[in-house]
Amino acid sequence: MNRSDEDAKPMRVVDLETSEPELHEALGNFRSSVTAWSEAMMSRPREAKAPARANWDLVAKWALGCVVFAGTVSGGLYQNYCQQEAAKAAAAAALAAEQQRELAAQKAKDQSAEDLMAKVDSDVAREVPSALEPLASLMTDDENKGN
Amino acid sequence: MTKATAEEIAAHEFESVVASHRAQIFRFLLASTRDVDLAETLTQDCFLKAHRNWAGFRGESSALTWLMRIAINLQKDHWRNRRLQFWRHTRTNSVDFDEASDWLPSGERTAEQRILAKEQVANVWSAVEKLSERQRTVFLLRYVEELELKEIAQTTGMGEGTVKAHLSRALARVRKEFGETR
Repeated sequence: MNRSDEDAKPMRVVDLETSEPELHEALGNFRSSVTAWSEAMMSRPREAKAPARANWDLVAKWALGCVVFAGTVSGGLYQNYCQQEAAKAAAAAALAAEQQRELAAQKAKDQSAEDLMAKVDSDVAREVPSALEPLASLMTDDENKGN
Repeated sequence: MTKATAEEIAAHEFESVVASHRAQIFRFLLASTRDVDLAETLTQDCFLKAHRNWAGFRGESSALTWLMRIAINLQKDHWRNRRLQFWRHTRTNSVDFDEASDWLPSGERTAEQRILAKEQVANVWSAVEKLSERQRTVFLLRYVEELELKEIAQTTGMGEGTVKAHLSRALARVRKEFGETR
């Protein structure tokens, strides 16, 4: 009987024992192994499994942790941003005040120069040297005539 | 006989059926799935279903054949649901067949005999892994549960000729596995 004939008709265990002892032994070991495994698993202490809700608890805890972390980080970043903006505004205000002060100082300086010039002019206008007094009186007459 | 007494007798009978066949049903499901948790769940479901239909069991076949049939149907339903709901279960708890072959009865064997036996068991697991669902069921019923061909035919709902054909193909696969490892 060739192999294909053997395949066509399944052998009984008894037949395998005589014709294919190795296969018979392997199948016997397989059965013993499955039985040993099954008996060990049946007699083991049962583990109390956490209900599916526990997974949701874990997910909720993680989500809450992430929210708190994100809130802390974004709050810190926002505060930092606000501080930077406030510092920029303060610097701009200080610069503007400085410019204003410089402008006022410049204005005051210009004013004092003008005042000095006016004073000089008026002083020059009032105090005519005695040598030029006759000429000055003529200028006054001519001015009156022109008017 | 009152209804209460009949129910009491039926419950007692069912208890003895559970005590007699629970280990065998669990072993078959464990060998089929290689998943301890799944085998336990399916065994529970099997006896729950059997209890609900116990009144309808007419004893045309043996209680074991009837229970095996329920177990096989539950297993088929489980795999069908898994295929449909693949997005819900992305991983399986089935143990590797190398791990499964670690289990050997603690008999009087030498270390060399144990290694040889482990290798043989691993080869059979490897062959079983490659069998079709029907071939695997028939193979396990024959060579683990040691059912006769007629009982396998009754359990699986196949004809005896079909059972023989599946069994011979399964054996051929096991032989091939042994031939490849030599």
